[in-house]
Amino acid sequence: MGLFIFNSSIGRKLIMSISGLALILFLLFHSIMNIFVIFSPEIYDAICKFLGANWYALIATMGLAFLFVVHIVYAFWLSLQNYIARGKERYAVKKNAPGVDWASQNMLVLGAIVLGFIALHLFNFWYKMQLQELLAKLNGEVLHVEGAALVQELFASPVYCLLYIVWLVALWFHLTHGFWSALHSLGGSNTVWLPRIKVISNIFSTVIVLLFMAIPVYYLIINLLG
Amino acid sequence: MEKTISIHLKIWRQRGPKAKGAFETYHLDHVSTDSSFLEMLDMLNEQLVGSGKEPVVFDHDCREGICGMCSLYINGHPHGPDEDITTCQLHMRKFKDGETITIEPWRSHGFPIIRDLMVDRTAFDKIIQAGGYVSINTGGIPDANAIPISKVKADEAMDAASCIGCGACVAACKNGSAMLFVSAKVSQLALLPQGQVEAARRAKSMVAKMDELGFGNCTNTGACEAECPKNISITNIARLNREFLAAKFQD
Repeated sequence: MGLFIFNSSIGRKLIMSISGLALILFLLFHSIMNIFVIFSPEIYDAICKFLGANWYALIATMGLAFLFVVHIVYAFWLSLQNYIARGKERYAVKKNAPGVDWASQNMLVLGAIVLGFIALHLFNFWYKMQLQELLAKLNGEVLHVEGAALVQELFASPVYCLLYIVWLVALWFHLTHGFWSALHSLGGSNTVWLPRIKVISNIFSTVIVLLFMAIPVYYLIINLLG
Repeated sequence: MEKTISIHLKIWRQRGPKAKGAFETYHLDHVSTDSSFLEMLDMLNEQLVGSGKEPVVFDHDCREGICGMCSLYINGHPHGPDEDITTCQLHMRKFKDGETITIEPWRSHGFPIIRDLMVDRTAFDKIIQAGGYVSINTGGIPDANAIPISKVKADEAMDAASCIGCGACVAACKNGSAMLFVSAKVSQLALLPQGQVEAARRAKSMVAKMDELGFGNCTNTGACEAECPKNISITNIARLNREFLAAKFQD
């Protein structure tokens, strides 16, 4: 039975859906924790400490990295198969059918943009926080990096604020299609629920992205106002 | 008073499956706006035959939108720019005088070109065959209302059964996926009590055949539903996923 997640199209979509939904759940937690940096840097730093170089945080980080890798590997695998299935000759004239979302046709590109910024984001934060704490721990020292200060420092640069906003717009497009599409691929859709899961998907993606975006926008505004 | 238009045609010509194809342009005068799209192609072919040239090869049969034989990718849309009809139901009144109409075959790995605009769609027949037989316990003469089926289910099954297997879904899909077709064929039986005995086997073997024949993976863009001449809903795809996953987890 187990092989069908590799050798059947619906099985591959199952893996894509489950990993995608798990990553959306991660984004939800991440966005809620982030928002504290505006209201209470103390609470934010406490969360950073809680999720520092502890065994449970490290296991969760590894699990998360695994999910990302699975999602990305399957994305390239599926896209390659789909590219081949389209055939060698392409249409000379191709018009989009009404009702086809732009995001749904550009998930790989959007995903690649998101991935590129994740690399930058890991360098900006994870490298300076959890990794440093872990390295310190291996040397027998105890280090707690103050996350709120790092956030303030990075977003003092308007360029970084704008870069993060662009990233989040790409993420929004990726999520608006990805969320309902995952539910649909898992079979959780019918004539009644298809329009509903699309609406839920749009609201959910918008809330998550707005929570994330509040931070660079907040720092952009307070820095511009001096 | 009959209105006529002049049109330019840009048509894909290809001698055979392995030959290299290219577009050729033709000009056609006095095309009645009352004529159908295929009648216009008949006019073109008469003109070509009259001047000693090879006629354009294209698929067609019933010319009333129920056999699923006609195809053609017209101006960027399977079955042309009009909605919810097949190519044979498309009329020349949908085109303007002097317009250039680009006609291409279905392009997909699963549907290799036979010649010009004709593609080999036997892959769909193979998927249907993979579905196998349906057991029906005939017994004595059953009463018409002895097997209760809700109106909602009956309607959904009939809607799924309206798929004519033309392949527009595959032609429209950026992934060359046949999921809309397969899901309609699985749904029409999965919704009814008559189709229950082999339901799990049918979903598994039809999907396996679809994958084997080189169709792509569905990414839920919805282009298939938008271009389907019979308005088959993508909710059938969700049902196929349910049927397939349930069958696999039962194993």
